[in-house]
Amino acid sequence: MDYNTKHTPHTWPKHPETASMEGKNKVTGFWLFLGGETVLFATLFATYLALKDRGPSGMKFSTHELFELPLAFIMTMLLLTSSLTSVYAMYHMKNFNFKAMQAWISVTVLLGLGFLGLEIYEFVEYVHKGFGFRQSAFGSSFFTLVGTHGVHVIIGLVWFILLMLRNAKRGLNLYNAPKYYLAALYWHFIDVVWVFIFTVVYLMGVM
Amino acid sequence: MSSLATEKKGFGAMIWEYLTTVDHKKIAHLYLVAGTMFFVIGGIEAMLIRIQLAKPDNDFLSAGLYNEIMTMHGTTMIFLAAMPLLFAFMNAVVPLQIGARDVAFPFLNSLGFWLFLLGGIFLNLSWFMGGAPDAGWTSYASLSLLSPGHGIDFYALGLQISGAGTLISGINFLVTIINMRAPGMTYMRMPLFTWTTFVASALILFAFPPLTIGLFFMIFDRMFESNFFVHTMGGNTIIWEHLFWIFGHPEVYILVLPAFGLFSEIFATFCRKRLFGYSSMVFATILIGFLGFMVWAHHMFTTGLGPTANAIFSVATMAIAVPTGMKIFNWLMTMWGGSIRITTPMLYALGFIPSFVAGGVTGIMQASAPLDYQLHDSYFIVAHFHYVIVGGVVLALFASAHYYWPIMFNQMLNETLGKITFWFFFIGFHLTFFFQHFLGLMGMPRRIFTFLPNQGLDFFNLLSTIGAFMMAIGVTLLVINVIITAIKGEKAGQDPWGDGRTLEWAVPVPTPFYNFKQTPLVRGLDPYWIEKMEGNKEGMVYAEPLSDIHMPNNSILPFIISLGLFISAFGAMYHQETTWGLYVLIGGIGLSVLAMIIRSLKDDHGYHIHKEDLMDDKGGNV
Amino acid sequence: MMKGLKKWRVLALVTVLSVLLSACGEKDLSALSPAGQVGKDQHNLLLLSTGIMTLVIIVVVIIYVLAIMKFRRKKIGEDVIPKQVEGSMTLEVIWTVIPIILLLVLAVPTVYLTYKFADTKAMEVKKADNVVTVNVTAKLYWWEFEYPNQKIVTSQELVVPTGQKVYFKLKAGDVKHSFWVPSIGGKMDTNVDNVNKFYLEFDQESKDLKDGVFYGKCAELCGPSHALMDFKVKSVSQTEFDSWVKNMQATAKRTTSGSLEQQGEDIFKQSCISCHATSGSGTGTGIAPNLATFGDRNRIAGVLDHDEENLKNWIKNPQKYKPGNTMPKPEKINKGKEFTDEELSALSAYLMSLKIEN
Repeated sequence: MDYNTKHTPHTWPKHPETASMEGKNKVTGFWLFLGGETVLFATLFATYLALKDRGPSGMKFSTHELFELPLAFIMTMLLLTSSLTSVYAMYHMKNFNFKAMQAWISVTVLLGLGFLGLEIYEFVEYVHKGFGFRQSAFGSSFFTLVGTHGVHVIIGLVWFILLMLRNAKRGLNLYNAPKYYLAALYWHFIDVVWVFIFTVVYLMGVM
Repeated sequence: MSSLATEKKGFGAMIWEYLTTVDHKKIAHLYLVAGTMFFVIGGIEAMLIRIQLAKPDNDFLSAGLYNEIMTMHGTTMIFLAAMPLLFAFMNAVVPLQIGARDVAFPFLNSLGFWLFLLGGIFLNLSWFMGGAPDAGWTSYASLSLLSPGHGIDFYALGLQISGAGTLISGINFLVTIINMRAPGMTYMRMPLFTWTTFVASALILFAFPPLTIGLFFMIFDRMFESNFFVHTMGGNTIIWEHLFWIFGHPEVYILVLPAFGLFSEIFATFCRKRLFGYSSMVFATILIGFLGFMVWAHHMFTTGLGPTANAIFSVATMAIAVPTGMKIFNWLMTMWGGSIRITTPMLYALGFIPSFVAGGVTGIMQASAPLDYQLHDSYFIVAHFHYVIVGGVVLALFASAHYYWPIMFNQMLNETLGKITFWFFFIGFHLTFFFQHFLGLMGMPRRIFTFLPNQGLDFFNLLSTIGAFMMAIGVTLLVINVIITAIKGEKAGQDPWGDGRTLEWAVPVPTPFYNFKQTPLVRGLDPYWIEKMEGNKEGMVYAEPLSDIHMPNNSILPFIISLGLFISAFGAMYHQETTWGLYVLIGGIGLSVLAMIIRSLKDDHGYHIHKEDLMDDKGGNV
Repeated sequence: MMKGLKKWRVLALVTVLSVLLSACGEKDLSALSPAGQVGKDQHNLLLLSTGIMTLVIIVVVIIYVLAIMKFRRKKIGEDVIPKQVEGSMTLEVIWTVIPIILLLVLAVPTVYLTYKFADTKAMEVKKADNVVTVNVTAKLYWWEFEYPNQKIVTSQELVVPTGQKVYFKLKAGDVKHSFWVPSIGGKMDTNVDNVNKFYLEFDQESKDLKDGVFYGKCAELCGPSHALMDFKVKSVSQTEFDSWVKNMQATAKRTTSGSLEQQGEDIFKQSCISCHATSGSGTGTGIAPNLATFGDRNRIAGVLDHDEENLKNWIKNPQKYKPGNTMPKPEKINKGKEFTDEELSALSAYLMSLKIEN
C-alpha cells in the first residue's frame, strides 16, 4: 500500500480509515483504548460519588450551593455542538473534500476552546470562593474528575490543531485519514464523558 | 587493536539496535533479560526475608529495613518479574503462533517495554535514594500516607510509569490477535497460549485503569496535598483498598492465565496429542477472566463491608473454582491416552498440576468468608498465593524458558541440568511454602519481621528457610545452564522437540526478522501438526505468493518518551522540598510530549523487503 | 462396595488430618485449638473445607499418577501416534457439575456463618448493662480497651468474662490495624474511617494456659513494629470479671504506699501523666496506654519480659525495642535530661506497684 498515492473522490475508498492494515489496527486499538478510558472515568465517577460533599468538619461547600446549572448547560451545548461539527468534518473526509473537512474541524476546535475557557473560568471561581483541590476530599475528587476531562479536551484540541497544520498543504491520503478519524472518535468520547459529568456532577448535584 | 575496535563498535551497534528495535523477537529478548534481572533482585530480597525469619527474635534485619525488603519483594516479583517474563514469551511466541510478521503496533511494543523498564529502575533506585517503599505491595492508604521519606513516592510513580507500559502492551496484543491472524486462523483455531494472552490482555485493559487512578490519588495525596485518603478531610482509605483490589485480583489472572496457556502448549506437545477439550478450555479461560472482575472484595472480608457483601463475594469467588477445575481435568485427560515424554518442560508441567491444585483449593478455603476471618493476613495467605504464583506462574516461566529457548535463541538448554534444577526448585518450593499454611493457622500474621520464641512457630519457619535455600540453588542452576549453553553454542534447528504442533515451530530458526517469507495458510487447530501428519515436506501451505514484505522502521523515540516520564517522576517527587523539582517535572513531561509530537508529525511509512532479496534469504538473522 | 471403601478412606483421612491439625501450635495462639464458639465454628468450617479439598486432591492425584504410569512414551513406544481426541461432553459435564455440588456444600455454611458472625444487634440495645461491649482503639503498636457500660478503661490486656458474647467496636487511631485473637476467633480490621463491629465468645478461662493469657495479634501491616503489636486476653469467670470491674473502678482513688514508689509517682506526675493515665476508671484518651494495671501485666510494651530491668531499658530508649512507636525519649519529657538511675528505679517501682490483683 503506497500512502502517498494521490487520490481523487473516485479512487477514494468508502472507509478510508480502515483501508490500510495500519489504519485497521489503529481503529481497533483505539476502540480498545477507549474501553480502558471508560473504566478510568468510571473509577473517577465512583470516587467522586463516594467523596461528594465530604470534607473537614464544618466544611461549608456542598454541591447544592456550589454548582450553577446555566453555566454547565452552556458548556454542555458548546461541547455537544462541537461533536456535531466533528461529524460534519468526518462526513467530508469520507467524501474526500479536504477543505470542508478542515473548516469543520476548525469550528470544532473553536467550540472546544470556548468550552475550555468556561471550564477554566468555573475552576477559578471555585478556587476564589475557597473551594479548591486541597481543601477537602470533595474538592480533590471534583477537580480530579472534571479536570481529567479537561485534560482530555486539551489533548483533543492539540491533536486536531496539529493534524490541521501538518496536513494543510498536502491534503488527505490514506496515511492521515485514520488519524483524522481517530481524533474525531476521541472527541466524541470526550463529549460522551461530559454528558455523564453534566448528569452526575451538575444535575444530580443541584437536584 | 583493530579487532577490539570493531568489536567495540559491534557492541555499541548492538546496544543501539536494541534501544531502537521494534522487532517483537528482540523485544522478547529485552523483556527476558530485564525480567530475569528483576527476578533475581526479588529473589535476593526473598532470601533476606527467609534468613531473618529462620529463628525467633532474629536481628539480621532491622524492623524498618525488613518492611522495605518485604514490600519490594512483592512489588518487584509481581510487576517487574512475573509480568515482564510472561511478556517475553508472549512477544516471542504469539505473533509466530498466529502467523503474523510482527505485532500490530511495533512502535508501541517498544514503548511498552521501555516504560516498564524505566519504571522498574525508578522503583529500585529508591534503595539508593533514601529508602524503599515500606507499606507492603498493597500499600494500604493510611499506612502509606504516614510513611516518611520518599519510599512510597517511588512506589506510586514507578508503578505508574511501568503500569502505563503494561497497558500499552495489553492493547497491542489485543489488536495483534484480533487483526493479524493468518488466513484460516479462526478464533477457535488459535493455540491456547494465544487465547490466554488475549484474555489476559483484555484483563490488563480493564484492570489497570483503576490502579492508574488509585496511584494518581496516592501521588496527589502525598505530593500535591489532595485529600482522597485523608479521613480528617473527608477522604476515605477504603477507596484505595477497593481500587487496588479491583486491579489486584484480575492481576492474579493476568499472571496465571498465560501460565495456563504455556502449560497447555507443553502438555499437548509432550503428550503428542491434541489438547483435550479445546473449546471448553477456551470457554474456561474466558469465564475465569470474566469472573476475575467480580471477586475483588474477597481480599477485604475483614475490612467490615458487612455480611451481605461478604456472602456474595464468597460465593462468587467459589464459582471460579469450576472453570479452573475444568482446566485441570482437561490437562489430565490430555495426558490420558497420550504418549508422555518427560522432558524438562514436561517435568515442570507435571510438577505444576499438584502444586497448582493445592494452591487452588486453599483459595477456595479462603473464599469462605467466615473461615477467611481466621486465614486473612496470616501466613496461610502467604502460603496460598505462593502456591499459585510460584506453583503456577514461576513453574510455567521455567518450563517455557526450556521449551521456547530454541525459538528465542536457536539453542537447547541442557536437559539433565534442567531436570536437576527442577527437583531442587520443586522440593524447595514445597518445603518453603507447605508449612506456612500451618504457621498461619497457628497464629502467625503475615508481614512480621520477627516472631517470639515459645509460641510454637520456630520449627516450621526454619524448615521454610531451608526450602528457600533449595529454591535459590535451583535458580542458580538455571542461570548456570543458560551460561553453559551459550558457551557451547550448539544450534538447535527447527522443531527441536520433534513434536511441535503450532505455527511457531514451522518457521526456520533462527527466525528471520520478517518471520514468514509467505504467510501460512491455517487448516485447523495445531496447523503444523496437520501438515506433518499429511507428510507435507515443505512444512506449511502458503496463503500468498512470494511478494514484497512491508517492515516498520526502528525508532529511538519510545526510549525518549519513557525517559521523559522517568525524569519527570523525580521532579514530581522533589518539587515540594526543592526549587528545581517543578522545572524537572515540567521539563520531563515536555520531553515526552515533544517526542510524541515528533512521532505524530514525522511520517513513518516503514520500508519494504523486496521479493528478490527474500528468495536469496535462507532464513535467520545474519 | 468400592464406593463404601472410598468413603471410609476419606473419613479416615479427615480424622488423621484433624488430629494432625489440632496437634499443631500453642493453645494460647493457635487457631487450631479454638477456645471459643466463633473459633470452633471456624475450625469446623476449616475441617469441612479441608475434607472437601482433600477429596478433590485425591481424585486429581489418582488420575495423574495413573496417566503418568500408563502413558509414558518409553512404555508405549517411540513412534506411536496417539489418537487425537477432541474432548468429551460427558466428562466436561461431570467435572463441572460435581465441583458445583461440592462448592454448594461449602457455600451453605459459609453464608450462614457470615450472617451469624455479623449479628451484633445485642450491643445496640440501650441500657444493656449485662452486655459486655469493648471499644477497641488500635494505635501505633498498642491497644486500648474501653468498657463503656462499666465505665472503665485498660490497655494491652483485654479482660473478658467467659460464657457470653463479648461485643467489640473497633477503630484505629492512626493507621489501619487488625484485631486478631487466633485461638478465640477470626479477625476484624480496625479502620481509621469507621467503626467495625463484631463479637467473640470465650469458652475457656485463660488461667490454665502457659502464660495465663491468650495471645492477640495485629494482623494488618502498620509500620516497622507491626510484628511487636501483641496484646493479651484474660478470660475469667463472670464473678471474677465483676470483681475485676469493681477493682478497676476503684483505681481512681488508689493511693501509693512505700517511699520509693511515692518518689516514682512524683516523677511520673511531672513527666508521664500528660499522656499516660493511671486510673482505670472513666473513658479512654487514646493518647497512650492506660497504666492502671501495669504491675499485673505479663509483658513490658507487649513483648519484653515483665521485670524492672526491661522496664528501665524501655523507658530509657523506647525506639530501640519498638521502632516507630510514639513514646518520647526521656529527654523530651524530663526537662531535656535523661532519667538518672535513681529516678528510673523509683519510676519502675511505682509502675510495678500499679496493681489490682494480689
